Amino acid sequence: MSATGQDTGRRIGDVVLKVDNISLSFGGVRALTNISFTVREHEILSIIGPNGAGKSSMLNVINGFYHPQEGVITYKGQARSRMRPHEAARQGIARTFQNIALFKGMSALDNIMTGRNTMMKSNIFAQALYWGLGQKEEIAHREHVERIIDFLEIESIRKTPVGRLPYGLQKRVELGRALAAQPELLLLDEPMAGMNVEEKEDMCRFILDVNDEFGTTIVLIEHDMGVVMDISDRVVVLDYGRKLAEDVPDAVRANQEVIDAYLGVSHAA
Amino acid sequence: MLYREAGQFKTSYARDWAIFPIAQDRIVILGLLAIAAVAVPVLSNDYWIGTIFMPFLVMSMAALGLNLLTGYAGQLSLGTGGFMATGAFAAYKLSTAFPGMPIEAVFLLSGVVTAGVGVLFGIPSLRIKGFYLAVATLAAQFFLLWLYNKVPWFTNYSTSGVISAPPRTILFTDIYVTGPQAAASTKYLFALALVAILALAAKNLVRSSIGRRWMAVRDMDIAAEIIGIKPLQTKLSAFAISSFYCGVAGAMWAFLYTGSVEPLAFDINRSFQVLFMIIIGGLGSILGSFLGAGFIIALPILLTNAPHLLGLDIPVDVVSHLEFMIFGALIIFFLIVEPHGLARLWQILKEKLRLWPFPY
Amino acid sequence: MDFLSSVFVEPFVQIGQYPLFFVEVVIGGLLSGVMYSLVALGFVLIFKASGVFNFAQGAMVLFAALSFAGLMEHGLHWSIALVLTMGIMALVAIAVERLVLGKLVNQPHIILFMATIGITYFLDGFGQTIWGSDVKVLDIGIPQTPIDVGGVFINQFDIFAAVVAGLLVLVLAVFFQKTRVGRALRAVADDHQAALSVGIPLKTIWAIVWTVAGLVGLVAGIMWGSKLGVQFSLALVALKALPVLILGGFTSIPGAIVGGLIVGVGEKVAEVFWGAAFGGAIEDWFAYMLALVFLLFRPQGLFGEKIIERV
Repeated sequence: MSATGQDTGRRIGDVVLKVDNISLSFGGVRALTNISFTVREHEILSIIGPNGAGKSSMLNVINGFYHPQEGVITYKGQARSRMRPHEAARQGIARTFQNIALFKGMSALDNIMTGRNTMMKSNIFAQALYWGLGQKEEIAHREHVERIIDFLEIESIRKTPVGRLPYGLQKRVELGRALAAQPELLLLDEPMAGMNVEEKEDMCRFILDVNDEFGTTIVLIEHDMGVVMDISDRVVVLDYGRKLAEDVPDAVRANQEVIDAYLGVSHAA
Repeated sequence: MLYREAGQFKTSYARDWAIFPIAQDRIVILGLLAIAAVAVPVLSNDYWIGTIFMPFLVMSMAALGLNLLTGYAGQLSLGTGGFMATGAFAAYKLSTAFPGMPIEAVFLLSGVVTAGVGVLFGIPSLRIKGFYLAVATLAAQFFLLWLYNKVPWFTNYSTSGVISAPPRTILFTDIYVTGPQAAASTKYLFALALVAILALAAKNLVRSSIGRRWMAVRDMDIAAEIIGIKPLQTKLSAFAISSFYCGVAGAMWAFLYTGSVEPLAFDINRSFQVLFMIIIGGLGSILGSFLGAGFIIALPILLTNAPHLLGLDIPVDVVSHLEFMIFGALIIFFLIVEPHGLARLWQILKEKLRLWPFPY
Repeated sequence: MDFLSSVFVEPFVQIGQYPLFFVEVVIGGLLSGVMYSLVALGFVLIFKASGVFNFAQGAMVLFAALSFAGLMEHGLHWSIALVLTMGIMALVAIAVERLVLGKLVNQPHIILFMATIGITYFLDGFGQTIWGSDVKVLDIGIPQTPIDVGGVFINQFDIFAAVVAGLLVLVLAVFFQKTRVGRALRAVADDHQAALSVGIPLKTIWAIVWTVAGLVGLVAGIMWGSKLGVQFSLALVALKALPVLILGGFTSIPGAIVGGLIVGVGEKVAEVFWGAAFGGAIEDWFAYMLALVFLLFRPQGLFGEKIIERV
């Protein structure tokens, strides 16, 4: 739990995602105001802030679910203002959700298999015939998915409908589904919410391992400050839709504005 | 005791993903197919084939189609009757316009035509879901039926508005399969082959990536899009393939089951009938489509004959009203008690059987 | 060419030549639209209060009309028959709540929707088993003859129906806005859980809403029944309320009314002026196609609220 990014010798690369002056509002309600920050290759960036600070909205903007009224997102050198979520997925952005968004009627294995959907190319006829090309493709992807199942230690539940799994395991399956897509950028929305200490430790280990072994860039929303300060390379602090700080964990911890926001100093002041 | 999977180890993913991973299931299903292919045509007379087995096969096909759309992809449709009618009339137009076309091609192409029509009426599904979509599909139901009723081109300007299947033979043989010369057992076997092949194809689709995409959209469409599933393509492919099956079912109805048909046979009640089949049989289950079709076909026959057997004398029209009531009550019963239908009950039975007689 | 002209030229020529006739058709459409609105009202009430899309509203219209006409056939005075039928509809509402909705709490909307299709079949069968399937004539003493209003002929009965519909909406508005039960209903419509937590008895409220919807259905049934005769086809007329709802939005009472008027006028005008070009009977599908096209552009209906999706 103590390994910070720098210690493992992982090389943090160039900027992969640049959020530039993003503003988002729903009707008259401003969710995000002039937010800018960058995400570098291979790093773990945490977004923190009180409830309603606009953290989830920020993730929704990054993966194209919300379209900001102002600002530009540059991902892998390509600027874009509007994009459909499935296009984001095809460009290597995967995510998990605050309220688990698994496909309840399907088994854990099938859920993770859906994560491979952008890579499965065989046509309807090959799939209807199944034996031959269709089966070959299915099995090739199954092998990859089985490696993820191994990695997340959920072998015993692979055929269980996810609706029947306990919360912690559902979160793991959801991470598995995101990993199956072999993402370059992984967005995790409160992956440890509602977990006990042991489950949190497991999840931290998975996140660090993913970052370490596959070099996946991770943007993380989390409320547990201990976890955030331990595993993040950098931290972005949001409050009321505005950015308060963007820095390494220790600097953020010392930032007076951040302390005020968390201790609830009046905003009018 | 007989139903055990102990000792059946799977050593490859292909084996693990077989349609019937357990040997006993494979034996049972092959046995059933053998009975259907050999025993039924030999042992039963034309009446049985005509009133029970043929409608069962035709409606199983339609139920398969609707189940792909509603049970797997989660898009509720009340336009099944309209799509079946499209298949029937497409088959008629194709076979009369191109007399040389093999009857096998006629069936498949009428499915393809219906798939096209299905896609057209599936377009609203991109913006709306649930009962909004159900209402939109009613447009397909009423419009298509009106079209075949009112535009004489579809019936080749027949005055009665009824279409009749032209006589055609099976490819490379001179055995008649449609038209008045065709034997009931020939039609039956041809229908059985169609259903068996297309049911297998449906099973393959739902266990492949396209099936997973459908189910993902059904279970949580937003999450599905976020993991990279294109909503447009996925929903329209469900409409296309579902309509293909319904179209073939309609063609089977007109050419193999009744021989001649008018649009009225595919009215809104037909749509509801198919919907009831998949609810009672099991939403999202290939087996359930068959169980539901069998149940809904058999029930009215039972109801019509039961009063006689019990020595009661109930007028025919009352029986048909009672049928309505019983269907309605059954739907509610299944939705409350077992939303996954007969297929789920069958699965529970199998699980019990696996442990029997030592459940611990 | 003939076809194109009969679609794009002749109808407009006709309208230009006989403007009074066009006005007559429009008014006829408006008034029959009122009847659709009556059925749609019942849907909206239930949808607002319980989130259930009640496909059985049409069956309730038919069942109410059958019961009313059936009781009158047995020689009862219309007033007694009316009171008895109201009682029957209340019983139906309670039964639906107890036996169906109460057992399906927390199920997906689509399951509830399918359950109401089950209710539809049950009520259709039940009504006809009890009261028979012969066409019943329902005469409530309003003449169906047209009267001359400034050169335009309007059916007296349609005017009566419009007045009744107006009164009904007024009564419902007062009921919703001014009574304690109405306030509870609005609370339930907004949020089931919150309503429960402040002590509103959900089950009672649902039974009341279904009863009210049943009474609205009874009014619609009497109107339609005396116009067309009480028979099974009433259930199909009621299906037309579905496109009305799509146009108006599922949660809006004004929407139900405006939607009904649009559908009524649209299909009458289409049938009278364009029907010939398409071989007639386009009334069968016109409303549904109109709704379908409309859905593509404004999925939430004219008066519905825009849905913001969240993850």
